[in-house]
Amino acid sequence: MGRIGYFFLYLALIIVGLFQILPLIWLFLFSLKDNNEIFAGSPFALPSEFRWENYAKVWDGGIGTYFFNSVWITILAIILTVLFASMAAFAITRLKWKLSGLVLGLFMVGLMIPIHSALIPLYSMFLSVDMIDNPFSIVITYTAYNLPITLMILLGFYYTLPHEIEEAAVIDGCSIHRMFFRIILPMTTPILATTVVINMIYNWNEFVFVNTFISSEKYKTLTVGIQNFIGQYMTDWGAIGATLVISVLPIIVAFIFFSNKVVEGISSSAVKG
Amino acid sequence: MNGMNKVMSNKFYIAFYIAPALLLLLILVFIPLVLSGYYGLMDWDGIGEKTFIGLENYITGIQDKLFWNSAFHSFLLAIFSTLSLVIYLTVSFILASKIKGADLLRKIYLIPMLLSSVAIAQLWVKIYNPSNGILNVFLMSIGVENPPLWLANPSIVLFAIFVPILWQYAGFYILIYYAALKNIPESLIEAARIDGASAFQIATRIKLPLIKEVVSVTIVLAIVGSLKYFDLIYVMTAGGPNGASEVMASYMYKLAFSNYNFGYGSAIGFLLLIITLIVTLIVRKLTETKDKLEY
Repeated sequence: MGRIGYFFLYLALIIVGLFQILPLIWLFLFSLKDNNEIFAGSPFALPSEFRWENYAKVWDGGIGTYFFNSVWITILAIILTVLFASMAAFAITRLKWKLSGLVLGLFMVGLMIPIHSALIPLYSMFLSVDMIDNPFSIVITYTAYNLPITLMILLGFYYTLPHEIEEAAVIDGCSIHRMFFRIILPMTTPILATTVVINMIYNWNEFVFVNTFISSEKYKTLTVGIQNFIGQYMTDWGAIGATLVISVLPIIVAFIFFSNKVVEGISSSAVKG
Repeated sequence: MNGMNKVMSNKFYIAFYIAPALLLLLILVFIPLVLSGYYGLMDWDGIGEKTFIGLENYITGIQDKLFWNSAFHSFLLAIFSTLSLVIYLTVSFILASKIKGADLLRKIYLIPMLLSSVAIAQLWVKIYNPSNGILNVFLMSIGVENPPLWLANPSIVLFAIFVPILWQYAGFYILIYYAALKNIPESLIEAARIDGASAFQIATRIKLPLIKEVVSVTIVLAIVGSLKYFDLIYVMTAGGPNGASEVMASYMYKLAFSNYNFGYGSAIGFLLLIITLIVTLIVRKLTETKDKLEY
């Protein structure tokens, strides 16, 4: 292909890149402006003065609480999901039992379930055990719904672990628990990192469970919190922009540092569906 | 290795390792699905007594114009999503053709995919803002006198909602296609080139058939994913104006959590499940690649 041909190929790719990135640059710019400047000025002009006070205002106005809820709920659900999925992967690939194929099949079916079909019964189940408006209902729901995809990502890696490991461990008189927690689990660190990143993205961004099960402001996470918040600041674009930037920042930062893990995790999550 | 087998088939250990995951899956994923079908047989407001009314909710659902209206919108989004795969595939072909910086570009494309649908929806509500959003500001600056009210006009709202969906998922599909294309052995391409095949022929006659299986998977993902859309639409328009952007999941949500019609909402939720499963099976069947290609 000639030089001119390549020029047009690059041009096409750069246009796609601009389409993907410009809305976010615009968002960041207006998060640092006030309404006068947003409405009168050019959309992509730099702010005449960087109004970081927009961020301080929304953080103190309630976003801080939502942010911390998102952090601890996300982390706790990741720990439970990755631990339980690892244990299940160990049971399915290493332990010997007749029903392991059937159980694996159940998890595969779990990949295809539309969550909305389960929403009403889940709500009434949590209501009957008094767990509506309790953040732990969110944690266990996230764990349950992320188990299938996490297990699928882990399984591929578990199948490649050589069987000599547990043979040697058993001969050395090592207990099963010691074998799993001290030998096998540490060996899966690279793939665990991938599942952690994927779970982080899912949990941080989840909306409908929190919107349905949580009603108190003090338990809301960012996705639902910013919904109310934006209603409250409807006309203050700078505040809305700052709120949105705060809500997406942790994921963007994680992506900058672990982009290869994210790419790997998202490609393997393609089996979801 | 008798001792080994004995240890590895100890029932207590098996239960210990599988139980936490399996119980969560059964209790929070499978039992609710069964209950959804069961609640669908009830007249129930979510708080009071349930009254058994047989198949009435399901019959109402099948005759409910609003439900089919929302299902029609879901299917339209599924068709748009499937068609958009052609764009993603084209971009991926370009990206995989010895482009410098391809790795950086595909990561930039991926960024919207990482954001929450709520943040995306809020951002695009601002982009579509009639007087101050960048879209209409741009249109007015090039002389368009009355740019559309994107989210308030029933005849364009669904297209307006589809653009952020396109934006959100572009990086995901490009990532998958790019990885598949990069997996094709260089020797095959080289051989075709020596035989005098053009770049376009190599793309359509050699590369495309080789990644057929991946394309099938993405078609299933695009269609099934579309049938489940909720967050973005709920935040951007809540199904409005006047039901013009209502989809199956948002209709179900409205029935249950705005109208407190839990029985009927469950029936619609169950229909959503059945429709999704049937469509998944049909699409899988239709896109199944019979001849496993080896290379």
